[in-house]
Amino acid sequence: MADDPFTTLWVYLAASPLLWLSLTLVCYLIALRIYRLGGESPWFNPVAIAVALLIGLLLLTDTPYQTYFDGAQFVHFLLGPATVSLAIPLYRERHRLQRLALPIVAALLAAVLTAASSAIGLGALLGASTETLISLAPKSVTAPVAMGISEKLGGLPSLTAVLVVSTGIVGAVLGTGLFRLLGIRDDAIKGFALGATSHGIGTARAFQVSPVMGAFAGLAMALSALVTALLLPPLLARFMASGG
Amino acid sequence: MPGGGARWSGPRHEGWRVAPEGLTTEAVVLEALTLILVCQLVGEVSVLITGLPVPGPVLGMLLLLAWLFLRGGVPESVGRAADALLAHLSLLFVPAGVGVLVHWERMRGQWAAIAAALVLGTLITLAVTALTMKAVTRLTGRGGSDNG
Repeated sequence: MADDPFTTLWVYLAASPLLWLSLTLVCYLIALRIYRLGGESPWFNPVAIAVALLIGLLLLTDTPYQTYFDGAQFVHFLLGPATVSLAIPLYRERHRLQRLALPIVAALLAAVLTAASSAIGLGALLGASTETLISLAPKSVTAPVAMGISEKLGGLPSLTAVLVVSTGIVGAVLGTGLFRLLGIRDDAIKGFALGATSHGIGTARAFQVSPVMGAFAGLAMALSALVTALLLPPLLARFMASGG
Repeated sequence: MPGGGARWSGPRHEGWRVAPEGLTTEAVVLEALTLILVCQLVGEVSVLITGLPVPGPVLGMLLLLAWLFLRGGVPESVGRAADALLAHLSLLFVPAGVGVLVHWERMRGQWAAIAAALVLGTLITLAVTALTMKAVTRLTGRGGSDNG
């Protein structure tokens, strides 16, 4: 059949989802190790490192993204069940939620409206296309929700996914430094802002700082996914109808 | 690897605690995962049928939340399944992140707009959210959290 055993092996592996699924996990584990070696500094963001490693591998082997995704989709799929699972931290924190109901509602509305309007405003100002603007709008909420919103409104769900991940990384990298600059010391507030702005990646970062920060980030991520899903499509549809 | 990481590799008798329903803990975790998947499935199907403006997984999350309130607590197995899914949440974003390859051309063409929205937009949102929460917390006169 094939000329040399290495080619035969490669042809076999390239056709199976196993290779890229395994490599996704391996690259993530390597990224985690680099992150720890880097003293857990937010600049060594594990998602960013894993993505960079995988892109390097795909370019080196001349593998199209579709082939990669045939394997990696099993990891990607778990975003849905993970979103459903957010009900658990939400339920666990229900007392604190009641106690802080007013600040949480205010911060939540501020987050959802600022995230979408700043993205659309800055994007439009610098000449992004309508498709890109719609894809940018839900970038602060967790991937499956953001992709669903983008698709409903005529954006590009896969572009939204990339922007969601980038927003998560930016927030995780810069968040703690910004809070220090602003003089915000309360872990509940820091966590909430990080989760509302940078969804799961921000929440992962918050858990690394403290459990309280993590719980509030998870809470914010779940609430903002819900509120954005409810508010953004009708608001954006109206905005587009009026603005052209 | 001495011992470590062997927990899920096969039947270990001391690990097989019997759950209240008479099932092994492993089977109970399977039930919990099934519950989570079924919540998502019902959410997705409801969205398809009714055309609600909410993504399916979010509706699934609400269903699960309602179920937890009805039940009045989180069963240990459901908590464990959810914690396992959420523990490596950032891993789940990696495949989507690699998609930057597909959109490279578009992103390069509009790089200034996208970079501004990503970096400035994110910083603005972080700041506005945190400052709003701080202000309202102070106004309502209650401590932000247990650790001050």
